[in-house]
Amino acid sequence: MLRLALKMLFGDSAKYLMLVAGLAVATFLMAQQTAVFCGLMSWTKSTLKNVPAPIWVVEDRVEQVNETNPLLDTDVARVRSVSSVAWASPLYSGIQRVRLESGSFKVIQLIGIDANTLAGAPAKMLGGDLMKLRLPHSVIIDDLGVQRLASKRGEKVGLNDVFEINDQEARVVGIADAVTSFTGGPYVWTTYERALQYVPAQRKMLQAVICAPREGVSLDQAIADIRRETGLKAFVNREASFEEFLGQMRGQPTTNFNVSTVWWYIKNTGIPISFGITVIVGLMVGIAVSCQTFYSFVLENMRHLGALKAMGTSNSTLCLMLITQAFTVGIIGYGIGLLGTAGFAFAALKNEQPPFYMPEFVPFAVLAVILGICTLAALMGIWRVSRLEPAMVFRS
Amino acid sequence: MSTPDDLKIAAKLRGIQKSFGDGESRIQVLKGIDLDVRSGDITMLVGPSGCGKTTLISIIAGTLAADEGQLTVFGQDLRRLSPAGTTRFRAKNIGFIFQAFHLIPTLTCVENVSVPLLIQGISHSKAEKKAKEVLEKVGLAERFHHRPSQLSGGQQQRVAIARALVHEPRLIICDEPTAALDAHNGHIVMELFEHVARGQDRAVLIVTHDNRIFHHANRIASMDDGRVIEVHDVDAAHPPPDHLSVHERL
Repeated sequence: MLRLALKMLFGDSAKYLMLVAGLAVATFLMAQQTAVFCGLMSWTKSTLKNVPAPIWVVEDRVEQVNETNPLLDTDVARVRSVSSVAWASPLYSGIQRVRLESGSFKVIQLIGIDANTLAGAPAKMLGGDLMKLRLPHSVIIDDLGVQRLASKRGEKVGLNDVFEINDQEARVVGIADAVTSFTGGPYVWTTYERALQYVPAQRKMLQAVICAPREGVSLDQAIADIRRETGLKAFVNREASFEEFLGQMRGQPTTNFNVSTVWWYIKNTGIPISFGITVIVGLMVGIAVSCQTFYSFVLENMRHLGALKAMGTSNSTLCLMLITQAFTVGIIGYGIGLLGTAGFAFAALKNEQPPFYMPEFVPFAVLAVILGICTLAALMGIWRVSRLEPAMVFRS
Repeated sequence: MSTPDDLKIAAKLRGIQKSFGDGESRIQVLKGIDLDVRSGDITMLVGPSGCGKTTLISIIAGTLAADEGQLTVFGQDLRRLSPAGTTRFRAKNIGFIFQAFHLIPTLTCVENVSVPLLIQGISHSKAEKKAKEVLEKVGLAERFHHRPSQLSGGQQQRVAIARALVHEPRLIICDEPTAALDAHNGHIVMELFEHVARGQDRAVLIVTHDNRIFHHANRIASMDDGRVIEVHDVDAAHPPPDHLSVHERL
């Protein structure tokens, strides 16, 4: 009987295609928008990825990594003086403008790291030599900068190419692999001292101190010591877990800079609302199109279902037929929608924009929602069929 | 003790009553029906529109419950069965031919005819094999994989008949089986029913207004205003009313 149910479904090609299209669009909207949102949120903490230090020390009111609230230069020494700290280095991080050879300007994320230790340097070099960063006017750019900082569209910036930051020469000595910044601009690394030369002078220029704990001291212990002994705020820099975000939702304070950064954007910007509305629209499209079309499909087949019931098909078999039909279009629609999302992801990752990051739970969550929609649609049909009197088939 | 006549009775109705609605809008459709439907016979149920024929066959088929009276189908009191039991009984013992055929448009002839066997849990391959055999018997061997929309009205009715016969039910209930057919196709269909009833000893109950087919009947039960007002046994000595409906004659 289930095979017949599927034949009945596929035979009504207009409704079948409408159902599949509705669920595919719903899947695409929900999965793609969630992934773009997660991608955007991962971009907010890209500086933490690109400056791989285990502990970040910032001014007490700082809540997220892109917030600039400078420290005193002497704060580096204060952090170094904490007994549980192995090493500590100054860090500059800020948005600057680059003037290209063509005269046009581009926005960059400038990172200034300690010239002696090179702590905070990119973890993976794609070309050039990290050590040359100590040479005069040297910078390292990321792979996005190779395209973005070129004078003409389609050209690429190579080693030893030159551009200007605040009228001062910057020569490319290396190319690094990096995560794209929240502003979409490329990362440019230089030494801390040179970064201060590039940037218009201010009374306080130190954005953060990056450091690591001594061997045998845990990160949590180290940040507690730094906090206690310096009065500065210290965060650990580690991958955020789902539980940590749940803790933030419950109002528990976090010591993870990644969680704190992402949560700040969720709380203080309209980004989640904007993406959330699109996801809800996807859900509504799915519910409206699927339930309405499936119910109409059931109504159109009511006389045939009545005939089946009169011929001895049990209510449970009819229900199973409807569930099979609903879940079949659900799975097919979900598959097509996810395929569309994969296509979008492929293009996004290739072009490095828009941001795209799909956590593992997203496809499962979307599948659960789609099957929920299908269950709702099937239940509407089941409700109608359960009230169907088989005697109706004798009334012409 | 059962008499030979009792053994021939497929459906026995005594004092069947049925009403619809409540209060002032309550309408009594059947007002005490007594009727025997015999195996090996074609029994026709005739009467004007609204006299209760459709309600009566719905009750005999077990798709509608009577308010009062006794109904046994092949000795089984349907009122003693649960809804699921009635459904199973119907699936096994009763074949249906509907006025509007009710063939599923997206299925082929073979698939449509297989339905009653699939309902009984018979495997797809066995059901299709049996369906093809029955379709061959009704002269549709060339139309196995056609859909209903590709068939004429007469051919669709023959598919519906094949569907009603495929699981070898002992009682076949037909609602206006020739209403949508021309005289030639109507004659073919009735010959099929004669073969089924007399050749295979099954009971065929036909609701009809079509006096062209009265001569195929063994018995004609005339209904009016919720009652069976006459049962006319058709034989050589008592031919069916010619060219006039029984109701008009009465």
